[in-house]
Amino acid sequence: MTMTTRAPGRHLPGAGTPEASAIEHARAEMLQEAKPRGRTRIGADVVCESLLRQGVDVIFGYPGGVLLPLYDVLGDYPQLRHVLVRHEQGAAHAADGYARVTGQVGVCLATSGPGATNLVTGIANAMLDSVPMVAITGNVAAALLGKDAFQEIDITGITLPMTKHNYLVRDANDLPHVFAEAFHIARTGRPGPVHIDITKDALQQETRAQHPDEETVLAAIPGFRPTYDGHPRQLRLAAKMIDEATRPVILAGHGILLAGASDQLRAFAERAQIPVAHTLLGVGAMDETHPLEYGYMGMHGWKHVNRAIQSADLLIALGMRFDDRVTGKVSTYATGARIIHVDIDPAEIGKNVSVDVPIVGDVGRVLTALTPLVAERRPADRAAYFEQLAAWRRESESRSWHGSGAWRDGLLSADYVVEQIGAAANYDATLVADVGQNQMWVARYGGFRRPDSHLSSGGLGTMGYALPAAMGAAVGRPDKETWAICGDGGFQMTMQQLGTLVQEHIPVKIAVLDNTKLGMIRQWQELIYAGNYHSAHLLGPDYLKLAEAYGIPAFRATTPDEVPTAIAAAQAVDGPALVHFRIADEQNVFPFMPAGKGLSDLIEEWGGADE
Amino acid sequence: MSDPVTSAAAPTGAPATPASAPSPARPAAAAPATNAERAIPGTGTAHRHVLVAVVNNRPGVLNRVANLFRARNFNIESLAVGHTERPDVSRMTITLRGDDVAVEQAAKQLYKLIDVLKVQDVTAEPRIEHELALIKVRATNSTRAEVLKVVELYKGRVVDVAADSVIVEATGTEDEIDALVALVGGFGIKEMVRTGSTVMVRGPQVVEYEGVAK
Ligand SMILES: Cc1ncc(C[n+]2csc(CCOP(=O)(O)OP(=O)(O)O)c2C)c(N)n1
Ligand SMILES: [Mg+2]
Repeated sequence: MTMTTRAPGRHLPGAGTPEASAIEHARAEMLQEAKPRGRTRIGADVVCESLLRQGVDVIFGYPGGVLLPLYDVLGDYPQLRHVLVRHEQGAAHAADGYARVTGQVGVCLATSGPGATNLVTGIANAMLDSVPMVAITGNVAAALLGKDAFQEIDITGITLPMTKHNYLVRDANDLPHVFAEAFHIARTGRPGPVHIDITKDALQQETRAQHPDEETVLAAIPGFRPTYDGHPRQLRLAAKMIDEATRPVILAGHGILLAGASDQLRAFAERAQIPVAHTLLGVGAMDETHPLEYGYMGMHGWKHVNRAIQSADLLIALGMRFDDRVTGKVSTYATGARIIHVDIDPAEIGKNVSVDVPIVGDVGRVLTALTPLVAERRPADRAAYFEQLAAWRRESESRSWHGSGAWRDGLLSADYVVEQIGAAANYDATLVADVGQNQMWVARYGGFRRPDSHLSSGGLGTMGYALPAAMGAAVGRPDKETWAICGDGGFQMTMQQLGTLVQEHIPVKIAVLDNTKLGMIRQWQELIYAGNYHSAHLLGPDYLKLAEAYGIPAFRATTPDEVPTAIAAAQAVDGPALVHFRIADEQNVFPFMPAGKGLSDLIEEWGGADE
Repeated sequence: MSDPVTSAAAPTGAPATPASAPSPARPAAAAPATNAERAIPGTGTAHRHVLVAVVNNRPGVLNRVANLFRARNFNIESLAVGHTERPDVSRMTITLRGDDVAVEQAAKQLYKLIDVLKVQDVTAEPRIEHELALIKVRATNSTRAEVLKVVELYKGRVVDVAADSVIVEATGTEDEIDALVALVGGFGIKEMVRTGSTVMVRGPQVVEYEGVAK
């Protein structure tokens, strides 16, 4: 820490004041390259210590000027793996993917200004999907805050509405407490991202501040006390309603997975003999081969599932939030059904639909308490209901699935490709979907049997999510094969991460479902905008050459019989691999509920031909 | 059931409130009506609500609260804030329009802010609800006496006198101040500032909250 030689100049407002010299000092620090390596404990050390104390073993990050004090000490903590990404958005998505498959808090790191703003999309994505994350950014020295200094941006102002909480830390002595609190908030109650912005001088400031114990952390946030156990009276009301229902449907959402409550869900459904429908993010909450598993609901969900919901007399919503993609037009949604709504976030209850029995609590604990209260049933007790459901299911599956592998233009049928990937990995791989038609095909045809084996950007719908999130998922669960299943458009949004896969030896298998289109855009234009295909066509690179340029083995499939071969070839590679599937140009995802319509208004076919 | 904030669901930050209670929206015993339209929450008749929010007195908290109302599309009419008997705790009085469900939703969203310690809807409570107004009224030699009379009648106070104007200070309910403003308006208002309502429930009852550790 050398003082600047320049005298406080006349250029500075308030020259000569302590404030002015602090600013001058901070500017000099910013310009100064190397820090004398004294190895006293500094703020950057506290960051690393805090991460280790929270059980973090990997951070996804990208350096920059204000983070150099941190990168200067990172090497002293070899237990902390740092994955150098190729764009900060990918760091946040990777932390997100890591968190979804491990249930641990994912951590990403970016520098001030553009690094921090690049992170924003990934933080928003985690917020809307309730993913536990701690995002760390550096900022300019405290004395320069608000001066439009180089690479200064009010990033906590930006992340305020898209985080559970955020902090701007200017004093290293605050770091131990802030980190402990941030991790607690990120993982407790309804999970979500917490952002910590740290000034450069705080990172390099000497400190002896001790790490707080749990009690101290809790005492400092009396305003944050989630409710875990359902109110007994509400549980009794719910049980009574469940016992009275003749056409009940369970709506299983992401909350089941976040709470690790798949076993409780199955036990409850089995005891009361209630079919389970799931949201996009609830895919995998129940083994799809289970007899009570009924399928994916909503805008692109199965018709039989939406039909069951529309004719239900009771909906039991578990850790889901009646998103507009799930309900369609609320006024026509399941008009004959009462609703029991279980969620750990009280604000979700009664937000989008009014509810008959609200239950605030951890969905696993609520189900554990509720299950013994409901009457035990045998499948035969619901014979007529189940027969109806089975008939609807047969009908809708026969329309949606052709199984030949080729679509009517002779190119690959996307549903077939996805089905083949799921099968080739024995339905045990982690499949990370991108956004668009590919996302719907993955959710519908991936064949999920294990919790957390399906990752999707649900709330934000972020194109470019799959590859970086798969990166994090593969790092988090190296024991599971991990596929990023992308459209050609989404892949081109974040394909720079191929470099990360190679450098960091992350064995993600990439499937590019190439329809040479922004397929979902094209579908809407065909169905709703009279075929005015403005900007739907998308030129792509030679995907094999692209992969090759990174040293990644790549394969191509254009006919149905090449599909299993190409998948097997990619699986045989020890490391990352890419498969380019040239899928049909104009295949649509059906059924399709146009925006503003209700669940009963599904479009099932177009131009007289099923898809 | 009468207090929309504590019914239906326990807000995150309220350990003292019951975890959940029957929603007032639809009685649980009633048979579901087939084919009727499902009601959309928040579309009922809007009326004025008064919320008290007890928050940590930390930098940025006002910004968090104001931002939340904007982002969630809630319309606040006024927001007054100041610290309480404890310097580390501030208290906000927020007036807004909405139906009971929408305001309950606003309260639940407020609870999600880590710095919010307590939210209470005091709309149905007997309460003192006052604001302060400073009004610079045109007052020449020929009108000054009349202005002063009106001000006195309304228990206002003249706190500054200049050659052609006076500053009137008034405290009272929104309606009382509206009435005073209407009256002195005839003389000409040069400038006015109002603080927005500050509220306290009458009687021994207080807004309780979990304190922060010092
Ligand atoms: C970052 C971002 N930009 C734009 C969109 C809007 N959008 C949704 S789907 C889609 C097309 C996706 O095309 P592609 O990735 O090729 O997938 P496909 O639908 O063809 O499977 C677009 C542009 C989005 N979801 N995310
Ligand atoms: Mg495409």
